[in-house]
Amino acid sequence: MSKPRLVLIGNGMAGVRTVEELLKIKPDHYDITIFGAEPHPNYNRILLSPVLAGEMTISEIVLNELEWYKEKGIKLHTGKQIKTIDRAKRKVIAEDGTEEEYDRLLIATGSTPFMLPIPGNDLPGVIGYRDIKDTDEMIEAAKLHKHAVVIGGGLLGLEAANGLKLRGMDVTVVHLGPWLLERQLDEVAAKMLQKSLEDKGLKFLLQKQTEMLVQGESGRVAAVRFKDGMTIPADLVVMAAGIRPNYALAESSGIYCNRGIVVNDTMQTYDPKVYAVGECVTHRGIAYGLVAPLFEQAKVAANHLAGYGIGRYTGSVTSTKLKVTGIDLFSAGDYMGGEGTEEIVLNDPYGGVYKKLVIKDNKLVGGVMYGDTADGPWYFQLLKDGRDIHDIRDQLIFGQSLVGDVGHAGNSKAASMPDSAEVCGCNGITKGVIVQAIKAKGLFTLDEVKKHTKAASSCGSCAGLVEQILASTIGGAYTPAASDKKPVCGCTEQSHKAVREAILNQHLITKEAVFKALEWKTPNGCDKCRPAVNYYLISTWPHEAKDDPQSRFINERSHANIQKDGTYSVVPRMWGGLTTPNELRAIADAAEKYNVPTVKSPAASVSTCSVSRRKTCPASGLTSTRPAWSQAMPTASRFAP
Amino acid sequence: MSNWKLICKLEDIPQLGSRVVHWPERGKVAVFRSSDDEVFAMHDKCPHKGGPLSQGIVHGKRVTCPLHGWNIGLDDGKAVAPDVGGCKTFEVKVENGEVFMAA
Repeated sequence: MSKPRLVLIGNGMAGVRTVEELLKIKPDHYDITIFGAEPHPNYNRILLSPVLAGEMTISEIVLNELEWYKEKGIKLHTGKQIKTIDRAKRKVIAEDGTEEEYDRLLIATGSTPFMLPIPGNDLPGVIGYRDIKDTDEMIEAAKLHKHAVVIGGGLLGLEAANGLKLRGMDVTVVHLGPWLLERQLDEVAAKMLQKSLEDKGLKFLLQKQTEMLVQGESGRVAAVRFKDGMTIPADLVVMAAGIRPNYALAESSGIYCNRGIVVNDTMQTYDPKVYAVGECVTHRGIAYGLVAPLFEQAKVAANHLAGYGIGRYTGSVTSTKLKVTGIDLFSAGDYMGGEGTEEIVLNDPYGGVYKKLVIKDNKLVGGVMYGDTADGPWYFQLLKDGRDIHDIRDQLIFGQSLVGDVGHAGNSKAASMPDSAEVCGCNGITKGVIVQAIKAKGLFTLDEVKKHTKAASSCGSCAGLVEQILASTIGGAYTPAASDKKPVCGCTEQSHKAVREAILNQHLITKEAVFKALEWKTPNGCDKCRPAVNYYLISTWPHEAKDDPQSRFINERSHANIQKDGTYSVVPRMWGGLTTPNELRAIADAAEKYNVPTVKSPAASVSTCSVSRRKTCPASGLTSTRPAWSQAMPTASRFAP
Repeated sequence: MSNWKLICKLEDIPQLGSRVVHWPERGKVAVFRSSDDEVFAMHDKCPHKGGPLSQGIVHGKRVTCPLHGWNIGLDDGKAVAPDVGGCKTFEVKVENGEVFMAA
């Protein structure tokens, strides 16, 4: 019997991500066909700005090479735009006549730049900023022309302006709003940003309404005229005044749309055979234009396409970062505040640092940071977790390191660490190696980084730090899972908490029962989940559950610590650092019996023999050379007669 | 491969565990038993830094090295992607509850 057919319209980040997620959880379920309007394999659109700025090349931002499609058995049609979806016959038809039938259809047509409806918006030299073609056109224009005007002072507009400036053009940013990035920043932060961009040589015209684009003698655009009569020269005009979801195709095939393809919490459209993800959809009335929510949507859609039916998408809180080298900017959630909220503000205009945190009912609901954004991911995590910040409120603004909430959450100096700094002590992985892997291999999640670099894959204590490096490297593309929802490992979707609750509530006493009840994807787990499950079982049902030695890490199984060379170290227990001569002798005898070459005493237990009387201790000469010894003296004197 | 050597009884190896055979010409050979009683044998030496695979956690048809967590396929001895490397495997069979290795 042949496999059901899945057709994906849109070879972009959201669509292909869904396919990747699908292949991960249910490979070989579908015959997959992908249509892409652009003549390229799937690439990381977010990184077009570094490409424009000359910091990366197109080949560096490709996410899946053509070989990947071949390897996965995916039929790829590049450069083919779909003209019609025939839902009655369940097939799609491309402009060149190519037809594909489907059993499930996934629409991920993304969005297009919004072109202002003004005279001259179709002149040569007037472009949006969306894809490789636009980027190439800007790079070409920068070689031949002088004056560039970017309409729109949003994230994309500023990144475009910065790139064009770096390519040698004279750039003016025109913005209708009262300050830049009004959807991400409050006025104070925006003014600081504007100042530093002006220092880089960009020019700004705020609260200016564009009236028309003037054609020059060559036929190309030559100037921009404003409503107030002012005119500035322009050989290149980049429209970055927002995006519009691409839903015309879906709408023409009769799928219900409302400023985007309307989907439910399972990413299904009004046609149950048709799913949609990405910028082209409207979910609960919101269309997202950032990558993080798209990835969350992809995961949910993949799960439903695989037929598992677990998981709902319930909307996202988003954070943004501006990808302009040398400028640190972070904003998340409700950054403006207002009625019913309180604000904590740190403002140091001279030092170039501004932080604002918005708090509601003792919880962080939003924030803006400029200059020092190292704590951005931490604030964002607090925000997503909805953690009560009552107890750390007085120090919150100074960041994570001052609050002292480090350890597994990591220390948030990730961005300022040098590349040579070691991050993962277990596996000897430096920050440079991690950043390199993230960039070269296009990694987006902590799990991917763990797999490729091994950082944080052993003891896991550096996971927080690795996550922050990930966040600072890929910026807005990073999606932290809420801490209490992270799955235990790749074998399951369940979090540690969910597993413990199931063991308790369903009275599970064997690991097999746990794997069955919680639908583990692997027959007997892996080295991550089995030790955890074993521990939860014996700690929850101590008299009923049996300890499984094969689920324990070697150190626990043999009560010894494995070393680099495969030998073991043994640490005899000495309660409170005290022992008796007999026990000490027993240790020596055992060491001799097993040819142990060295017995090491860690610093804390140097005072081991202080129980002897001072007068009779032949080694009292050590007193002056060993501080640890002299500290132990009060104990010794207590024993003296 | 007609020459089979008796190693031990199947029950001598714990499920999802392993035992080590000291074979003069081959060095240490780890013999693994999966949850469905399949038996595999390979050099007890991780291709990464030489960790003792026999002490790792066995899951499915893989073993995780106790040193740095590389996953090695029990049937082919190859490191699971994205890691690259391999371990020499040896042929083993189970007959009437006894484990034999090809000499």
